[in-house]
Amino acid sequence: MIQRNNIWSNIDWITVLLYLVLVFMGWFNIYAAVYDTDHQSIFDISQRYGKQLLWIGAGVALAIIIMSIETNFYVFFSYAIYGVMVSLLLLVLLIANEVNGARSWLEIGGFKLQPSEFAKFATALALARYMSTFDFKLKNFKSLAIMALIIFTPAALILLQNDTGSALVYFSFVLVLFREGLSGLVLFLGTLVATLFILALILSKLTLILVLLGAAALIYLILNPKFSQYFKILVFFATGILLSFLLNAILGKKYELGDIIIFGSILGSLVTLVYSLIKKFKNYAIISLFFLGSVLFSISVDYTFNNILESHHQVRIKELLGLESNPYGAGYHVNQSKIAIGSGGMWGKGYLNGTQTKFNFVPEQSTDFIFCTVGEEWGFAGTFVVIALFVFFLSRLVWLAERQRSVFSRIYGYSVAIILFFHFVVNIGMTIGIMPVIGIPLPFFSYGGSSLWSFTILLFIFIRLDASRLENFRDSRNT
Amino acid sequence: MNDYSKRSYIIILVFVLVALVFLIRLFRLQVLDSTYKQYATNNVLREVVQYPARGLIYDRNGELLVYNKTAYDLLITPREVKAFDTTLFCNLLDITREDLEAGIDKAKKYSKYKPSILVKQISPENYAVLQEQLYKFVGFHTQTRTLREYSAPAAAHALGYVGEVTQNDINKDAYYKSGDYIGVSGIEKTYEAQLRGTKGVKKNLVDVHNRIQGSYLGGSEDIPAQIGNNLTTTLDIDLQLYAEKLFKNKKGAVVAIEPSSGEVLALVSAPVYDPGLLVGRVRGANYSMLESDSLLRPLFNRALLAKYPPGSTFKTINALIGLQEQAITTNTMFTCYGKGSSPIRCTHDHGTINVVGAISGSCNPFMWNTFRSIIGRSKTSAEGFNKWRHYLLDFGLGTTLSEDFANSLKGDLPTVDYYNRIYGKGHWNALTVRSLAIGQGELGATPLQMANVAAIVANRGYYYEPHIVKAIEGDTIRSSFKTKHGVEIDAKYFEPIIEGMSRVVKGAYLIPGLEYCGKTGTIQNNHGIDHGAFEAFAPKDNPEIAIFVYVENSKWGASYAAPIAGLLIEKYLNDTIATNRQYVEKLMLNANLLDPNKIVIEDDSEE
Repeated sequence: MIQRNNIWSNIDWITVLLYLVLVFMGWFNIYAAVYDTDHQSIFDISQRYGKQLLWIGAGVALAIIIMSIETNFYVFFSYAIYGVMVSLLLLVLLIANEVNGARSWLEIGGFKLQPSEFAKFATALALARYMSTFDFKLKNFKSLAIMALIIFTPAALILLQNDTGSALVYFSFVLVLFREGLSGLVLFLGTLVATLFILALILSKLTLILVLLGAAALIYLILNPKFSQYFKILVFFATGILLSFLLNAILGKKYELGDIIIFGSILGSLVTLVYSLIKKFKNYAIISLFFLGSVLFSISVDYTFNNILESHHQVRIKELLGLESNPYGAGYHVNQSKIAIGSGGMWGKGYLNGTQTKFNFVPEQSTDFIFCTVGEEWGFAGTFVVIALFVFFLSRLVWLAERQRSVFSRIYGYSVAIILFFHFVVNIGMTIGIMPVIGIPLPFFSYGGSSLWSFTILLFIFIRLDASRLENFRDSRNT
Repeated sequence: MNDYSKRSYIIILVFVLVALVFLIRLFRLQVLDSTYKQYATNNVLREVVQYPARGLIYDRNGELLVYNKTAYDLLITPREVKAFDTTLFCNLLDITREDLEAGIDKAKKYSKYKPSILVKQISPENYAVLQEQLYKFVGFHTQTRTLREYSAPAAAHALGYVGEVTQNDINKDAYYKSGDYIGVSGIEKTYEAQLRGTKGVKKNLVDVHNRIQGSYLGGSEDIPAQIGNNLTTTLDIDLQLYAEKLFKNKKGAVVAIEPSSGEVLALVSAPVYDPGLLVGRVRGANYSMLESDSLLRPLFNRALLAKYPPGSTFKTINALIGLQEQAITTNTMFTCYGKGSSPIRCTHDHGTINVVGAISGSCNPFMWNTFRSIIGRSKTSAEGFNKWRHYLLDFGLGTTLSEDFANSLKGDLPTVDYYNRIYGKGHWNALTVRSLAIGQGELGATPLQMANVAAIVANRGYYYEPHIVKAIEGDTIRSSFKTKHGVEIDAKYFEPIIEGMSRVVKGAYLIPGLEYCGKTGTIQNNHGIDHGAFEAFAPKDNPEIAIFVYVENSKWGASYAAPIAGLLIEKYLNDTIATNRQYVEKLMLNANLLDPNKIVIEDDSEE
């Protein structure tokens, strides 16, 4: 009971302060983004900035409520909260009307909410709860399966709402798992897959297979510089490729050069694999497997890209990779966004002097593209400050998570940091043209009650958990 | 803490790395690459051209001749156009649906994003109605232009007109953009640079829908249009109007000059047309109408472009050359045998006369003898001819007399080479080219040149470059207008000529209380009735007006050209026509020389 009285003094005020700074910076920039001379009062609630102030007020109230609730409540009711949110997501799918092609808004008496926003903290709670149980083992298949179910159920429902951006957020939990001991190999594989995906789209088949062969040759050499064995592998590959050419000649020369070499390389890597298994060269076997997997994955990318992705996603990705360019079509958003940010220069055009955002050249300038207003009016100085603030804020959250005694709090803390980080990366990356256009908000900055409240709840539950980190609340794996 | 707590550093490292990538990218976008700033400016800046009003034109007495009226162009920006009531639109603008569709197609072809003119020069009356309804038509806006307006339907040829620039104009001067107006002829063309003013520009900020959001940098970069300079012509609008009135139903030209200054008082080419016809939306149709009139050719400026043989009005020059060259003296007598004269016949039997009589009687044989004597004084005909020709150049014949007219001709003044080509070198002499002696043959002079000859005689031997602009606001007129050009003939030789000319004026031509001088001319016309001409100046001493009148198909110079010149002189000097001469005025006003059936030629003349 003594500790309970202490929670207000145990609050990490730095994080709270950072939250308030970001929220109010967002509010000022929303004012600038939609500013027009007819409505000059920043408190005018017929305008977005006026409304955002209401949302901020409500957010602060929410934060106070969250802080007043016992930490045990969040632990006890985590599954229940998760259950309610999943049900809401289902409900949305059944009753919501389509807005901008997505079916994600729930209307309650003229009041609109986006359950997909609130599903984030619920999933984080449920994940923290499940991963902090005694019988949870990262290497146990059942544990992994249940964990995946917790993460991907809301993601799948959100995907069904046609809100791809919000669904992608759930993939970021893999970083939380990494902190909890997931093999780095998974991250490596993820990176490899992403790189191959991009390379397969950018490069021609022939170039790609030559790159892969070169990489393989280098890695074989690094891992075993013994030349006699290395030479054998070279011979295997060369023979495979020669055979492939011969086969093509016999069949009547109808395949492209790239296809012939790919086929030959597959033959070569298969022989190498068998050889290294017999000789028990573990490294060579793994490399051969990776090589084989990479080649097969690469040749399947074209198919995946053209047949599984939707056309507007295809266009956005092509636009991003520079394979297509249409500044008035799919590239319009990004182009205008880059123009707005780029025109800001070093010191910006000054508060309320931005023309690109104010005159609506940048679409969604108060929501997803709010960063443009920062870039245009405050220049590089402004964007630097915002990015620095975010990095400090996110690092602070990781640091706070690390100091938790309870696994539940730690996992929840990491989830908060990683979810915010994902939004930060995708949103800003999108506005400066290094991420595809995925419509997700910039935490605390973007206009919108649902997103502001969901991030507030997400954050303050963690601040609440952190404030009572010294308490001995019900946790099965305290260390 | 567990075994993996060190991974927190990796995660923080990932944060920092991503932030670094972002910052590098932002630094490139915002600081290193300036193209985005240019794009941003292009996005929001819309420059609206501010058209200046053209300078006003006044007559020599300060009477306003040409001013401006406001008109409106309707512009369309195809990308912004939303569905609208086309029937109402066409009715408001008085255009057909086909016009509208063709206009929209043309605009789209030019640019979907930039505005282009759909309907030109809407009158203020139509604009008032249109403006109230304009909100119904999204994607359309208007711009203000000025059009010329004339206080009197006169002096169309002298003033010229304003039209849209051609591609050629645009290529020549980058100032002009498609759709701009430019002076096409007359004073409007010659003084385009002074009259046009300077276009301004208003820089507006627009939003993504091209709606104006305010001025760029508070208007500090706007350049206001500078209105054109006002201009005062040398014309006397009352004289001009009266001359045009007298030329009703006649073809011909009048040029009146103030001898003491070279200022052109009136410049008429008949038939005349209302300069207001070539203004605004009706200009195209009216221009075609005027241009297609191949019989009357109203657009042809006879005063500057018609190379009329001067006929007997030329005799004054020939006689002056004779006197100066001492080919004749005031005492030299030649005998005229009338129709029996050779090699040039005469209309009257003048008997034996001196130069005064020859001028007053317009004696052909006297002029032939004088001419032969001038040519004969040199060793060869060519040499003599060149001497004679040199005087003519002095008188402004065969030269571009004035730079003040957009388009004027030098006239025809044959050269030695010309005759050598036709007759062969050494195979021609005074006799061969004898028609020149009486102002016919290969000679061609514009009415402007002949009016200037009248001014030279009036001045007794000098002239000022004839010009039509007296003053330009904020500028000075060409200094050459104030330069005295002398002819190489001594002043004393003018007296007998002037005496002869004063004797021409008698009978019906006499103006009470005014002594003036004139010389008739009748020019043979192989295609129809002969042309009449009259060269005059008044008063005889200290002349204030020199005039040349040319009336096509008027038979004798005395029939119409002389009375018209007399009336103009009287009007200019006395302001009114004496009661006892009003019958002359009436006769002239009512004469119709365009319809051959109605032509009444009094067979009266001393030519």
